[in-house]
Amino acid sequence: MNDSTPASLRPERSFQGLILALQTFWAEQGCVILQPYDMEMGAGTFHPATTLRALGPKPWKAAYVQPSRRPKDGRYGENPNRLQHYYQFQVILKPSPADIQELYLKSLERIGIDRKTHDIRFVEDDWESPTLGAWGLGWECWCDGMEVSQFTYFQQVAGFECSPVSGELTYGLERLAMYVQGVENVFDLNFNGRDGKEKVTYGDVYLQAEQEYSRYNFDAADTEMLFRHFKDAEQECLRLLKIGDNDAKHEMALPAYDQCIKASHVFNLLDARGVISVTERQSYILRVRDLAKACGAAWLKTSGGGT
Amino acid sequence: MPDLLLELYSEEIPARMQREAQENLRKLVTDKLVDAGLTYEGAKAFSTPRRLALAVHGLLAKSKDVREEKKGPRVDAPERAIEGFVKSAGLKSINEAKVQQDKKGDFYIAVIEKKGRKAEDVIKEIVPEVVRGFPWPKSMRWGSGALNWVRPLHSIVCTFGPETEEPEVVRFAIDGVDSGDHTRGHPVMAPGRIKVKRLEDYLHSLDKAKVVADRDRRKAMILADAKDLALAQGLELVEDEGLLEEVAGLVEWPVVLLGEFDKSYLDIPPEVIRATIRANQKCFVLRDPKSTSPFETPAARAPQGEVKKKPHPEEARSAVSKDGTGALANKFILVSNLEAKDGGAAIKAGNARVIRARLSDAKFFWDQDRKTKLEARLPKFSGITFHEKLGTQAERIERIARLAKELVPIVKADPAKAERAARLAKLDLVTEMVGEFPELQGLMGKYYALAEGIEPEIAAALEEHYKPQGPNDRVPTSPVSVAVALADKIDTLVGFWAIDEKPTGSKDPYALRRAALGVIRLVVDNKIRLPLLGAFAKARKNFSEANDLLAFFADRLKVHLRDQGARHDLVDAVFSLEGQDDLLMIVRRVEALGKFLSTDNGRNLLAGYKRVANIVGIEEKKDKKSYTGEPDAKLLQQPEEKTLADAIQKVEGEVAAALKKEDFEGAMAAISKLRAPVDSFFDKVTVNADDKALRENRLKLLNRIRAATRTVADFSKIGG
Repeated sequence: MNDSTPASLRPERSFQGLILALQTFWAEQGCVILQPYDMEMGAGTFHPATTLRALGPKPWKAAYVQPSRRPKDGRYGENPNRLQHYYQFQVILKPSPADIQELYLKSLERIGIDRKTHDIRFVEDDWESPTLGAWGLGWECWCDGMEVSQFTYFQQVAGFECSPVSGELTYGLERLAMYVQGVENVFDLNFNGRDGKEKVTYGDVYLQAEQEYSRYNFDAADTEMLFRHFKDAEQECLRLLKIGDNDAKHEMALPAYDQCIKASHVFNLLDARGVISVTERQSYILRVRDLAKACGAAWLKTSGGGT
Repeated sequence: MPDLLLELYSEEIPARMQREAQENLRKLVTDKLVDAGLTYEGAKAFSTPRRLALAVHGLLAKSKDVREEKKGPRVDAPERAIEGFVKSAGLKSINEAKVQQDKKGDFYIAVIEKKGRKAEDVIKEIVPEVVRGFPWPKSMRWGSGALNWVRPLHSIVCTFGPETEEPEVVRFAIDGVDSGDHTRGHPVMAPGRIKVKRLEDYLHSLDKAKVVADRDRRKAMILADAKDLALAQGLELVEDEGLLEEVAGLVEWPVVLLGEFDKSYLDIPPEVIRATIRANQKCFVLRDPKSTSPFETPAARAPQGEVKKKPHPEEARSAVSKDGTGALANKFILVSNLEAKDGGAAIKAGNARVIRARLSDAKFFWDQDRKTKLEARLPKFSGITFHEKLGTQAERIERIARLAKELVPIVKADPAKAERAARLAKLDLVTEMVGEFPELQGLMGKYYALAEGIEPEIAAALEEHYKPQGPNDRVPTSPVSVAVALADKIDTLVGFWAIDEKPTGSKDPYALRRAALGVIRLVVDNKIRLPLLGAFAKARKNFSEANDLLAFFADRLKVHLRDQGARHDLVDAVFSLEGQDDLLMIVRRVEALGKFLSTDNGRNLLAGYKRVANIVGIEEKKDKKSYTGEPDAKLLQQPEEKTLADAIQKVEGEVAAALKKEDFEGAMAAISKLRAPVDSFFDKVTVNADDKALRENRLKLLNRIRAATRTVADFSKIGG
């Protein structure tokens, strides 16, 4: 942020100012600034700009906000820290540069977290996504005892070894904003940085949504329909994978992967509705993983995947 | 003599891996140096979150020349043998070998001469080898490289040289990382490059650059500062070795700070506060010696047994320490990695904020959980699978309750209480609190049971039935706790044996070894007579793996007794007797046997037994028949034979009488009376008499000695 930034857009004053500061910082590092993927997903990692672009030899640098849906985490808007819908800020750098940790620390400085005042720590955290057939090693990043980001070196995605290795940074935006704004309840966050009548809070924007979606996720979602949608998405994914494959090349890896994202979210909803037993749970996860793996294989046969 | 300094500088190494890594680095490098003929005077390793370092002091500058002769096959040996020799001796052809003569003829000899090598040459070879093959529990690649290291490796220091001179860099490169003589200080407070020469200036420079390389020194600093801060507040630190070790692995320059949380959270049980602050925030809690905790219960105050080698989850969660009392204070100790510009105000505030949020969650769980009675949670368990092949948790609870009731007469507990405790024992697993802090299972059950007015004896069993968790954990003594603890463990063991999920090698995902050891300690410490085979049968109908599980118990018991100093061969000697499934009796027999064998009588009898067994064994093998059966009294000719036969008869009676009273020492004392007659028998009587009938009779007589001793132990299993 330079001096010309209006006070209302300072990262410590507004939620959107924090997002804009991170976007600007990573744009300066040569990242492609993408907009959120237009599908429901549990984490920014599911975005094809991460999952698929992490595969294959081509370099790639991107940053974007991804609204993330975790139906099970809904608390009807009553818990000051838990949301079923929240924002992740996602950065992917492939190959991971040697100074990636330094870049991360600089990005924190840009949003008002000075490393000479705040205790930033990298605490072991191995990342694994059974549904994506992916794993990596890295840390949770602590700022004065609070986890504010996850930092991962992807080793495997969709069952394929990553070479080169991507570095992935995921910022929990609400949490960071609460910290820099000094707010105890997420719904009290200042969203637009204005005062008085003009002030819009996070609660103004999302509280009603949290209440309504909690009802939907836990009580109202039609499970018959969801089971059907899971099957549909699965079959459509497999169908697209099959007809898009012309041996040397794959021509529909991206649409097929959309169906995998959809199946994963539908599974999360069914899980929140409590209609999936422990044993079934494992088999659903494996079914999504099979789709993710097949999509990864298809992607590697596209130009984006390096073919 | 020269010194070697090696440092591997990387991004943050997981705290739990650092100590082992520093030891591995020391061992791997020094072993390879020694293998290469380079001995040294001393070596010390260091670790911080960002570096592993090793200093080898007094290393030979050059290894000695070695000349070695290798003996090969005879000159007329088959071609293939000669080829093999050429290869193994590293020769180009057999012409390079010399020919020598011995009694059997001419044979080849290869002379292998190894020139001594300069230490630098060896170092530049072995360090990359060690780095590439380093045994990290988990390692990774990064960027476009192919090297595997725990986290990205940034730089390597490798210097070598005599004490008095400027050491030189041993040059090599590992996947693009060149060795050099520069390292870095603290990433925030002194991020610049630092030139280093050898250990002394390395430690000194790092110290100036806000890095304490010595792990144990960091630990000592943290502990001393934490205690001082506590003392200044009139409080005591609740010491926690496991946490201290972890925290020392998270900082290079420990700065210890004191934080505070709202007093109202002290309504939460102290173990919960400690678990919250420890697990999530890696902070220490403090205790106020002047106050008493409203939560102190007899179980929490009980002595914790001997000093433990490793911090155990059980210990980690105990908020009331061995040496102190007093309630928790609303203060905590945090260890940061920074001398902050503002003196740590922001760091303290930030940590306090997170702890407040965590404690507020915990308090919510604590309040919420107490609104539902434990028993009302039972229906949930029908929907939770314990193990695919072992049914639901509800079925498991039912099995444990039934078995606990059946064990009641054996442990002398009140049947109704034991059954109730067993039915309640697992119900806290679905509480919010245990969901959040699995390590509080059992303990929360106790708290919730007490809160709803359940009898203390039953409530205590909810916590204690998980015990003992390891060789040093406390063994419960209350009969109700013991009944449930035994039932739980036996049900688990029998279940997993029935579905063939036994531990193999280092794999024991269901902690079955620990369960078996738990049964052993419960039974032995409480002096309970529990025939295991009977217990297995009660635990599961048509259980076909009983003998295999019993053998597993024998193994575990051996390990247990060996840890206590008993000889494992004595355990074998007792276990190989028929029908030994009563752990307490086995232990007593082993003890008696150990005592007996430490006396002259015992040792001599063992020698006599070995002689008897040896002779009978040889003859039986030769004749391909066994000499069982009664010796014929009419064929006993010499007085020594008759004396021995009489002695055996008498001893057998005495042994039987003693065994009936479970007087194992008495039985062995009786057997030792055979010693004199056996000795004179061997002095005067020839076993292998020419007369076939006489010989057979004498072998039968000796065989009866074998049989008599087998009633107390299988002496053939006992080593020399």
